[in-house]
Amino acid sequence: MKKESWKELTIGTINLDAGNSVKNLTGTWRSGRKPQFIKENCIQCFFCWLYCPHFAIMVEDEEVKGINYDYCTGCGICSVECPTKEKAIVMVEEKIELAEGSKK
Amino acid sequence: MSTLKTLNGNQTIAEAVRQIDPDVMAAYPITPSTAIVETIAQFRADGLISGEFVCPESEHSAMSVCIGAASAGGRVMTATASQGLALMWEMLYIAAGLRLPIVAAIVNRSLSAPINIHGDHSDTMGARDSGWIQIYSENSQEAYDNFIQAFRIAEHLEVRTPVLVGLDGFIISHSMEVIQVEDDQKVKEFIGEYKPVYPLLDPERKMTVGPIDFTDYYFEHKRNQLEGIENAPSVIEAVGKEFGQKFGREYGFFEEYRMDDAEVCIVVMSSAAGTCKDAVDELREEGKKVGLLKPRIFRPFPYQKIAEALKKMRAVAVLDRCSSPGAFGAPLFTEIRNALYDYDQRPKIINYVYGLGGRDIMIEHFKQVAAKLERITETGKVDEIYGYLNLRE
Repeated sequence: MKKESWKELTIGTINLDAGNSVKNLTGTWRSGRKPQFIKENCIQCFFCWLYCPHFAIMVEDEEVKGINYDYCTGCGICSVECPTKEKAIVMVEEKIELAEGSKK
Repeated sequence: MSTLKTLNGNQTIAEAVRQIDPDVMAAYPITPSTAIVETIAQFRADGLISGEFVCPESEHSAMSVCIGAASAGGRVMTATASQGLALMWEMLYIAAGLRLPIVAAIVNRSLSAPINIHGDHSDTMGARDSGWIQIYSENSQEAYDNFIQAFRIAEHLEVRTPVLVGLDGFIISHSMEVIQVEDDQKVKEFIGEYKPVYPLLDPERKMTVGPIDFTDYYFEHKRNQLEGIENAPSVIEAVGKEFGQKFGREYGFFEEYRMDDAEVCIVVMSSAAGTCKDAVDELREEGKKVGLLKPRIFRPFPYQKIAEALKKMRAVAVLDRCSSPGAFGAPLFTEIRNALYDYDQRPKIINYVYGLGGRDIMIEHFKQVAAKLERITETGKVDEIYGYLNLRE
């Protein structure tokens, strides 16, 4: 994504590109763990959807379908808030793939 | 028609506010600027002004209200002093960062501790890097004139930067002077209609004001912000000239008093400059070639123009009504000494801190400074760069 020079920016930090936070892939912040959705335990209470700070819970046809890892930061709030006895969201280890060239 | 009125500095600012009638005025009363706020509230209660007057729970909130109202698209002002300005601190930077043309009348006053309610420049000098344009006034008339011009400067499309107008606590704020108050209609015409850029209350345009910037954009936005204050000098000059044409009192970046053939110069801002003029007159009668340079605009600092005015002096004393703990000299001195660095021909230069907490500065003190400058020109040597005036040693 091309970044503007200081001369191209709108005065006073005004951002006229409403809703542009979708361009900010907060999933890159995840470090070491991610939530895993277990569909058969889900009671469709939507707590995870409500509490997720990054709108990373995917909903289709009024049903929780899973997690959008482009935006999920791996904070684990969804898993903590999941009220079922057998959690429908559990945190699992995530191996971080290092970029080519940074591997030792 | 302009009229002569007997007013103190606070009432003078309130009078200008009445004439300008901004959309929103938000202020928390603090001595000694309380009277500004009080008088505005009275005007509002008497139906003399139509703008909203908001009295929130603190100065921090007052500046927050100003930021909100200015973002919404209103013409906005506030007034405070001392601790009140200090409490506004974090919001000052936000007002400047958002390029909101808010105008503030600041009654210059010391900061605690110890508690002291009297005049010095510690408050606004502390805010010198907050991004606000700073204008200082020698007397009530200048405070009135500067306050009116401040709106034109702040609101200029190439500037769009908040402006504060300083007037010395008590010495100006509470002293009665005869003020030429200009005709209401003429002041309104001079100010003109306010046209906000990107008002938040615009249903046709979706936008975010004050979004988060990470490491990839903050630097660019801060550089972008500087354009406003860097564009200000030509606007300040043009507005000062236009004010002169319209009302007969022209303003520039600084005032030079008996500088034409001066060999030594005292640099001092605000009310003390008035006393210094009398001292210069007396010294001139004694045959001493002393001049005065009174800076009016401190931010953006007119470094080139001041250096040009001072470079041919043999010795210069810069007087600061505030200290800068741990720095090599007080704020005005460091600016001026820095401005002269690139000149091959430059004067010897010394710094005095004076008048902290409202300590008087009299003609005799300026004469002490002039005598010191004379000794420097005779010996060509500066023994002490930094000193204090009228302090018990």
